[in-house]
Amino acid sequence: MSSVLYDVPGPRQRRLTLILSVAATILVLTGAYYLIYLPLDEKGQFSMELWGPLVDPSNENFVLVWERIWVGIKNTLAAAALAIVASLIIGTLLAVLRLQLKSLAGNRYAGLSAPVAYLLRGLGSGLAVLTRVCVEVFRGLPVVITIFFVARGLPEFGITLETLWYLVIGLTIYNGVVIAEILRSGMEGLPFGQREAALAIGLSPFQTTTLILLPQSFRIMLPALISQLVVVLKDTSLGFIISYEETLNIGKQIIGVLSNPIQVYFVIAVLFILVNYSLSKLAQYVERRLSRGRKTAGLAAPTPPPAALTAQAEGGAAAT
Amino acid sequence: MNVLIDKFDVFAGGFWLTLQICVLAAIGALILGAVVAVLRISPVPPLRAVGTAYVTVFRNMPLTVVMFFAAFALPALGSNADFLRLPGLDVVFTRLDTDLPYFRFALIALTLYTAAFVCEALRSGINAVPPGQAEAARSLGLTFGQNLRYVVLPQSWKASIVPLGSVIIAMIKNSALIGFFGVVGDLSQSADQLTSAEGYAFIPVAIGISIGYLIMTVPLGALLDRIERRQAVAAR
Repeated sequence: MSSVLYDVPGPRQRRLTLILSVAATILVLTGAYYLIYLPLDEKGQFSMELWGPLVDPSNENFVLVWERIWVGIKNTLAAAALAIVASLIIGTLLAVLRLQLKSLAGNRYAGLSAPVAYLLRGLGSGLAVLTRVCVEVFRGLPVVITIFFVARGLPEFGITLETLWYLVIGLTIYNGVVIAEILRSGMEGLPFGQREAALAIGLSPFQTTTLILLPQSFRIMLPALISQLVVVLKDTSLGFIISYEETLNIGKQIIGVLSNPIQVYFVIAVLFILVNYSLSKLAQYVERRLSRGRKTAGLAAPTPPPAALTAQAEGGAAAT
Repeated sequence: MNVLIDKFDVFAGGFWLTLQICVLAAIGALILGAVVAVLRISPVPPLRAVGTAYVTVFRNMPLTVVMFFAAFALPALGSNADFLRLPGLDVVFTRLDTDLPYFRFALIALTLYTAAFVCEALRSGINAVPPGQAEAARSLGLTFGQNLRYVVLPQSWKASIVPLGSVIIAMIKNSALIGFFGVVGDLSQSADQLTSAEGYAFIPVAIGISIGYLIMTVPLGALLDRIERRQAVAAR
């Protein structure tokens, strides 16, 4: 117990905690028994007829069911991997672009004739506004809607792809923007001396961003980026709305044949929880490693990223 | 572009329904999330374990799975979510009372899922209170309850506003899923209906639906940015 909220318990407190613990355990267990186990049992949800195809290897359907689920898992992972790589690339480019445009905004273009200078300045600020609007719009739209629009909209322009690509494009649009914002806030949170020093030794603003700021931002924001991977993985389950054959969709097909919704969704939920839980543990581990590394290096801890951003990254799925 | 004018009532109705479920789910999730947060910081280990298990399960499960559970497993158990037909409330939120239970199922799923994130947001607020505050309160002899009530919670509230707001924004976006789970007439289902069944041009519909969601998410996000910046200035 490392909470600041209570002291190391004394004998009386320990006794009280023990009594409360036993009482709470009994309460929770009886609650679970009457509210979850009994209703399930009454409806015969524990019968081997429903569970057999999922857990009993001697069941005739066992191999078939798991072969299908395995196809679903592979499809889910493929979509997630593609979406992650694509959104990392898009996100990095967008973050660099937005920072470049910001530094361009102060540029007076001395030495060029007045109309050309004004034109360039207008172009620069116009592009800055455009990227800002894109970020706000795609961050504000539900990712389901983005995927739906991509799947419905692209064929209208004569672009027909496999459903996998609709899902990947939809996820990339949303997560690319989110990753761009994570990286950008990481770069802007860096000590100002980093940029000044880079400019002072003669690096161009672009070189400063890509050689000095971006690598540090990646490092600081690694935990937030890993949490975003969890979000992407969770969001692949939205593929069912455009009938991409990912895990959940396969589950639906299995239920259509065997009509055991509770059991199949339970198994799928467990699969997702296992993978995502280990990913979040990885994020925590990386965070601890990073903060330890910084301490030994004797550097001041950089300002933490805006809470809204990291929370959004975590809750993103929240974005589903 | 005519569809935006001709079908304005569809867009407005979809917006209204989405707003309704968001308000209800936000209230439910804030209450349930606060309860789970209390469990997670309580000194009794089994209660803490329950809170932790809840958060782990719902944070790592896609909302889609939660929705499927609510929409297909609850009927399989013979539940119609009738306990949500609260008298008085169904006058304002008429969908609560309909015989088609999907609105209530969606509400349950959205609430359960969001509560896990609300709990984490509240906890991050509690963690943001300087440890010295709680230590000072303890050294004055305040009990756990008094410590929470008079010292920690009033301060943590301020630090949780921004993460809570992000959770609510995420929830509004998540609510787009309900249209794919049997709830008729919300923004996302209207998009499907107008483009596929009624054959309207795709782009104007997309614009209308997007505006509906952006009205809810963008101003809230801007407000949060402002609060955050102000807090950052105050902390300096």
